[in-house]
Amino acid sequence: MTASHTIGTSVPRKEGRDKVTGAARYVDDLVLPGMLHGATVRSSVARGKITKVTFGPSVDWNEFVIVTAKDIPGTNCIALILDDQPCLVADTVNHPEEPILLLAHADRHKLRKAVEAVSIEYAPLPSVHSIEESERQSTVIWGQDNIFKRYLVEKGDLDAVWKEAAYIIEGEYFTGAQEQLYIENNGVIAAFDAEQGVTVWGSLQCPYYVHKALMALCGLPEEKVRVVQVETGGAFGGKEEYPSMIAGHAALLAIKSGKPVKIIYDRMEDMVATTKRHPSRTRHRTAVSKDGKILGGEIEFTIDGGAYATLSSVVLSRGTIHAGGSYFWPSVRIRTKAVATNTPPHGAFRGFGAPQSLFAMERHMDHIAQVVGLSPIEIRRRNFLKPAQTTTTEQAIRENIDLDGLLDRALELSDYAAKKKRFALDNINGPRKKGIGIAAFLHGAGFTGSGERYLNSLVGVEALGNGTLRVLVSSAEFGQGTNTVLCQIAAEALGLPYEMVAIAQPDTTIVPNSGPTVASRTAMVVGKLVQSAAKGIEQTLAKTQLLPDAYTPEQFRVACGKYMASHGPLKSYARYEAPGDVYWDDDKYRGEAYAAFAWAVYVAEVTVDLTTYSVTVDDFVALQEIGKILNPVLAVGQITGGVAQALGFALYEKVVWQDGRMINNQMTNYIMPTSEDLPPIRVFFEELGNVHGAHGAKGIGELPMDGPAPAILNAVEDAVGVHFHRIPLLPEDLFEALRHEPVEQAVSSPVRESV
Amino acid sequence: MNSSPPKGAKCEVSFTVNGEPKTVAAHPMERLLDVLRNDLGLTGTKEGCGEGECGSCSVLLDGLLANSCLVPVAQASGATIVTIEGISSPDLLDPLQEAFLECGGAQCGICTPGMILASMHLLENKAQPTLADIKEGLGGNLCRCTGYMQIFEAVAQAARRRAMK
Amino acid sequence: MRADPAEYQLVSPGSLQAALSVLASEPAEWLPIAGGTDVMVLYSAGKLPHRKLINILNIPELRQIEVLPDRIRIGAASNYTSLRCHKIVSREFPLLATAASWTGGIANQNRGTLGGNIANASPAADSLPALLVYDAELTLISVRGARQVPYRNFHTGYKKTALAADELIRDISVPRRFIGYVSHARKVGARNAQAISKVCLAALGQIADGTVRDVRLALGSVAPVPLRLHETEQLLAGKKLAPSWIAAAKRTVAAEIRPIDDIRSSAQYRSAVAGNLVAEFLEKLAAAGANA
Repeated sequence: MTASHTIGTSVPRKEGRDKVTGAARYVDDLVLPGMLHGATVRSSVARGKITKVTFGPSVDWNEFVIVTAKDIPGTNCIALILDDQPCLVADTVNHPEEPILLLAHADRHKLRKAVEAVSIEYAPLPSVHSIEESERQSTVIWGQDNIFKRYLVEKGDLDAVWKEAAYIIEGEYFTGAQEQLYIENNGVIAAFDAEQGVTVWGSLQCPYYVHKALMALCGLPEEKVRVVQVETGGAFGGKEEYPSMIAGHAALLAIKSGKPVKIIYDRMEDMVATTKRHPSRTRHRTAVSKDGKILGGEIEFTIDGGAYATLSSVVLSRGTIHAGGSYFWPSVRIRTKAVATNTPPHGAFRGFGAPQSLFAMERHMDHIAQVVGLSPIEIRRRNFLKPAQTTTTEQAIRENIDLDGLLDRALELSDYAAKKKRFALDNINGPRKKGIGIAAFLHGAGFTGSGERYLNSLVGVEALGNGTLRVLVSSAEFGQGTNTVLCQIAAEALGLPYEMVAIAQPDTTIVPNSGPTVASRTAMVVGKLVQSAAKGIEQTLAKTQLLPDAYTPEQFRVACGKYMASHGPLKSYARYEAPGDVYWDDDKYRGEAYAAFAWAVYVAEVTVDLTTYSVTVDDFVALQEIGKILNPVLAVGQITGGVAQALGFALYEKVVWQDGRMINNQMTNYIMPTSEDLPPIRVFFEELGNVHGAHGAKGIGELPMDGPAPAILNAVEDAVGVHFHRIPLLPEDLFEALRHEPVEQAVSSPVRESV
Repeated sequence: MNSSPPKGAKCEVSFTVNGEPKTVAAHPMERLLDVLRNDLGLTGTKEGCGEGECGSCSVLLDGLLANSCLVPVAQASGATIVTIEGISSPDLLDPLQEAFLECGGAQCGICTPGMILASMHLLENKAQPTLADIKEGLGGNLCRCTGYMQIFEAVAQAARRRAMK
Repeated sequence: MRADPAEYQLVSPGSLQAALSVLASEPAEWLPIAGGTDVMVLYSAGKLPHRKLINILNIPELRQIEVLPDRIRIGAASNYTSLRCHKIVSREFPLLATAASWTGGIANQNRGTLGGNIANASPAADSLPALLVYDAELTLISVRGARQVPYRNFHTGYKKTALAADELIRDISVPRRFIGYVSHARKVGARNAQAISKVCLAALGQIADGTVRDVRLALGSVAPVPLRLHETEQLLAGKKLAPSWIAAAKRTVAAEIRPIDDIRSSAQYRSAVAGNLVAEFLEKLAAAGANA
């Protein structure tokens, strides 16, 4: 092997040229001959029984393909975990905009008018629209008790701890729904013929999730369902599970009509009907010693799952495991649940439960600091996890992470101490108050506990006759750099130039199931398998004596040619193997939750303008330990992108609900940050390596979502002394708080001195 | 003229796109975006919102950046239009395109055509833009992936390179 | 896209006379469309009631900006970019140039027109308060002739104007007598670019010997129409700008405006911020007076 190194270099994006020239083809850019357009007739009530469906007289319905629940060849559900979500409403609607029937026509305009010409009558049922209402159970809308899932994590002897505490500190924290707002709306094209079965081309993250769902929905065997991911214009989790629904709809129309069917949502439909981040409520009750050490505590974490279970149990799981943050809890009881409301099901969005519970933890730490009389810095120093200590799920920290040192570096990079001094003086006069706040946190990469074992990922690498490699994975590129990084890893494994490696378009007839493109697992878990599979090529060639120990790319090319001339295709596969010393108890929710944690300290500097009550973030430092940087430009891009989304989560992106429906479902009213709204985002890395990841990499895609919101609210509190505990924090909220008594807190307990 | 064409009639609209004269038969209220994409097959221009908020549909219309989702095709009669397909030859990328590639300015790529055209429009009007100029120039182009930082770098880099030519 | 283009007509007469004839032939049937930044959004959402549109963007008389000794006459179809770039507009009417730079992003400024925003009559449009304080005058034109309407009389109710069914706005005149005024503009939106305003202030003032000689205040998004704050102006006329008068002015502002709760913001917030913005301006004016 020669010394061709691409790992750690910013090689250009594999599909980058197509993207900057406009040649990249997304779903709506594709047309199939004879293609029809498909559209969805949706519920206008939050909950009720359908009593009548009328097809209006202004339309010639013979021209249309019409699909209802009765037309479903397989099972009327979107197969995921509990399989409780119907593909089309059979008789009872459980959320606004729930899909009831499908129409297709060659003319998009006639189609839209036809959708408007279907009128549906309902016998409304009482509906539930908040976590509190759902908990009350005066109306039960799901199961016996509106609860999709519960977890309980217990560590240590909590009951003993209350007596020892010098302080018992409570807090309640809320996060709102957030729309993923990928700039490309959801879309698919489906085709069907009796011989091939169903083929779907879509904007999606997980081809095999869609494959599994279509098998069940269409009643087709594995080999008669084909899913192809096309260029995807952003996803962030919003195209993790939702595509199974839209693909199912297109497939049903294709089956009924015998023609290809394209369904593309416009922005209004995408926002009102598809998944969003789970709203959350966290309650902390923490026993703290006189010198500010956490002795133990109770954490209650509840998320609003919407009308069906979908992925809520998994979001809840991650939120549960991250609820204790990067601190040492000698004892803890974490009680969590996901509850049902009559709103479109909430779903995956970057961070996946962790941004919610970490928001609470990091706001609560500042609150604890205040009560105890320590600085936000000092309180964290005294409680940071240290190597060999265990997390809330009793996972031992096995790496040499120095959170104290990470904090020091972040404080230095942000000039924290000097700014804090200066702001205190500057804030005396004038309507602009400055503040600085921090968040220290972690993010576990890969599937939780036994999840990766369950996924059982399989990866392939193929060598072609001309010596180039082709990576075969179901991992989807949607901007995060998957194509590039996996090719870099394969190239590096064999000492080949990056240009000699390509990656196959994720097509379930060509690529094995390397698992979904989620959970920050791709570079780390799939990458490691790509490495193994690539090595397998080398081993095969070496065994047949075609390749010397040290070889040039040219020698590799010749060897491939010779091998294939006599043996045929040259493919190598690698299957996930769970590390032997990893242990996870699914019942007690205890053990090694994640193969690796990435660690971070973020610092936000803000100005609060008391004239307009607006918060501006002036500077942002994002420092994280991520194992190994595989591609610097891509790594920085993940952090800046995630920070920008989290800034939106904190200050701008409010979903306005009315009876379970999002009413600000336009880009003019759902506010995401523009180029003029962001601070300089200064990104810094540390690399401790990771035995479980390719080249020591840890997952980084979701990490940057967890820290900015609490860091910003901590900074706002520093600036104006108001303890906000709910995001998004809009100027209207700041105004409301400041015109009443300054310190507002939903739940607080008196400080109890020890005897 | 005093008579109006009957409702539902298409009309012929001619304009130049990427240097080539084109004539389409379209309803006058067809969006320029749809005519470019569907009638002319120029799918590089994207629809992100349909309400003039995201800038993914940006084109240059008589040298001015415009959201093509808000332009009735009849108003483009006689105009000179440039789309993303028209700013480079197959062999030679524009410095902006190269800079976007080097700096990570394109992640998922859906905002990229509009973003590059907006950047181009900015550099045509301000050859050496400050960061504030760049932010303002791109204020109507939303990107959800990058957090804009690497886009700003790309524009600044392209400005420097163009100055050297 | 929730409209069927086949159901719409768009004619492009290309001349003012021809356009006016079309409007006169079927008054109220034809909706003029200039840059389309308001009309096309409604159209795409399937919410445009009109089916007949008349293109006025290509009428040369409507796109000129004329500099006369005593005033500037801005053709109604002048886009915001041309206002920003116009030397005299930016120098003598900074509130208008600034408002132009706030109206959407660059692409929308290249297309959006001053006349279009005026006719659309959204109380949230950014340039309308500036026109109020600059004592703008509109020329309305039809086949029946031209008439002048002071801009302050143009908006008669929420999205209702003095424009007759067969009329177009031909131009907007602003008198060149505000050189030397202290000017202040502030827009409060949900974000820094591409935002519809929650509150928008345009303010002008003249102060001599610490006494207010002239003060002109107008707000957007706090009433069904863009609002000139006559009571607050009267309160301040001839006064010395001590903190007590500034506080009183805030109270009068709150009493004059009629903000609402809507999807973007709350009445209370708008009210408080409106008062704060006016106070901010008055402090600026007072400081200018102290330095004079």
